[in-house]
Amino acid sequence: MDKTINIKLKIWRQKGPKYQGAFKDYSLDGVSVDTSFLEMLDILNETLINKGEEPVVFDHDCREGICGMCSLYVNGHPHGPDEDVTTCQLHMRKFKDGETITVEPWRSAGFPVIRDLMVDRRAFDKIIQAGGYVSVNTGGVPDANAIAIPKPIADEAMDAASCIGCGACVAACKNGSAMLFLSAKVSQLALLPQGKVEAATRAKNMVAKMDELGFGACTNTGACEVECPKSISISNIARLNREFLKAKFND
Amino acid sequence: MSWLLNSSIGRKLIMSVSGFFLVFFLIFHATMNMVAVFSEDAYNTICGLLGANWYAVAGTAVLGGFVAIHFIYALLLTLQNRKARGNANYAVSVRPSGVEWASQNMFVLGIIIVGFMLLHFSQFWYKMMFTELMGHHEVALGTSTVSPKDGAEFVKFYFSHLWVVVAYLIWYVALWFHLSHGIWSAFQTIGTSGKIWLSRWKVIGNIFATVVMLAFAFVTIYFYARSVIDPSTVAMYY
Repeated sequence: MDKTINIKLKIWRQKGPKYQGAFKDYSLDGVSVDTSFLEMLDILNETLINKGEEPVVFDHDCREGICGMCSLYVNGHPHGPDEDVTTCQLHMRKFKDGETITVEPWRSAGFPVIRDLMVDRRAFDKIIQAGGYVSVNTGGVPDANAIAIPKPIADEAMDAASCIGCGACVAACKNGSAMLFLSAKVSQLALLPQGKVEAATRAKNMVAKMDELGFGACTNTGACEVECPKSISISNIARLNREFLKAKFND
Repeated sequence: MSWLLNSSIGRKLIMSVSGFFLVFFLIFHATMNMVAVFSEDAYNTICGLLGANWYAVAGTAVLGGFVAIHFIYALLLTLQNRKARGNANYAVSVRPSGVEWASQNMFVLGIIIVGFMLLHFSQFWYKMMFTELMGHHEVALGTSTVSPKDGAEFVKFYFSHLWVVVAYLIWYVALWFHLSHGIWSAFQTIGTSGKIWLSRWKVIGNIFATVVMLAFAFVTIYFYARSVIDPSTVAMYY
C-alpha cells in the first residue's frame, strides 16, 4: 500500500487577463506520495468537475521535463521546492502530511495571466524570432568533423542549449528580467563557429526585443540560476553583456 | 551612443562604470585616513594640498557628478524593474539559498549610504572646503576655532563623540554590504566574468570591501580610543 498524505491547497483563480484574481482553498485527502504534482492537480480537477465546478487551468505538455510548458510558483519557488526539476517532475513526496501548498502563476509584467495558473509566455517566442537562430541554406549535409570544436566549448554551448524556455528565471527575478533566458539563447550560438557569423546582430536585436517587451534589467541577484530547472549558469549573462557591448562599440 | 541610455545593458554599464569610479575614490579616501593615524602633520599636508584649490574643487565636482549619476540611474532602474515585475506580488516568497541579501537590497543600502554621506559632508566638507570657498580662514569647532585646512583637528573632534563613531560604523557596515555585491556585479555587467572568474571576482570583491572598511573603521575607533585615553587632546573643544 502506498503512503498517502492529506493536503490543503491555496490556488490562484482568475477568470481571465482582465479579471481580478484571488486565492481559493481546497483540500485533497489520500494523495499518494508517488503521484506527481501535476497528477495531483489532475485529481483535484476531477473532483471539481464531478462537483460541477470549473477545473483549475494550468499549462503542461510533455510531463518529462523537456518541453518547458509547465510553470507554477509552488510555496515560493518556481517549479516548487525540489531542485533542478520542472513542476512536472516534482512529486508529492516532497510535501508533508497536512501541509498547506500555495500555488501561484508566474508573476511578471512580461507574462500576463491568461487564466488561473496559465500565463502568456509568447514574449519568449518573440525574443527568439528577433535573432535566436542561425540563418542557413539547407543543402547537402557537411561532414560533422569538417569544423572542429574543442570539447569544453562544445560542452558549454550544450549546457546553454539545455534552456527549455519555461520562464522560471523571469518568475524568480525581483526585476522580472529575462536575462538568463536571453543569455542562454545567445550563448548556445555565440560559442560555436556557425553562430559567430551573426553574433553581433543577434545580441543587439534580441536585447532590443527584450527591452521593448517590458522585461526588467539584471541586477545580478542570481535568483534565476538557483531556481532554473536546468541549472543555467549566470556566467552566460556575463557573456551576453560582453557580446552586446562588443557589438555596440563596434558599430 | 544612444544605446547607452536606451538599452537595459547600456544603463547597467553606466551603473557599473560609475560604481568602479567610486570604488577607486574609496581606496584613496581610506589610504588618506590611515595617514592620520601615523602622522597628523602628514594628514594636514594632504588636507592643505587639496584644500580649496581648483583641482580639488574640480575633483569634488566630478566625484559629486558620479555619485549623482550612480544614484539617479539606480532610481531609474529600480523604478523600471518594479514596473517590469508587475503589480501582483507573490503570496509566498522565499529568498533562495545562494542569493545574497545585499544583492536584493542594493537600493536601500544606497539610500542609507547617501544619508550618512550628508552627515559626513555637514561635519567635514561643509566646514572645510566649503568654508574656504566662502573666503573664511577660520571655522568654529565645538567651543574653539580652527583653520579649515586643519583636517586632523576635525577628525579628533568628531571622533571623540560616541554617537558619531557609532553612526560611522553603521555607515561602514552598509557600505560593506553594498560593495560585497557591487564589485563582482560591476565586473559581471562589463562582461569580464565567466565560469571561473565569477567566483574569483566574488572573493576579490569581498576581500577588498573588508580591507577598505576595516581601514575606515580602524581610523574611527583609533581616534575615539585616543580621546578616551587622553582627553586633553580634545579638551579645547568642550
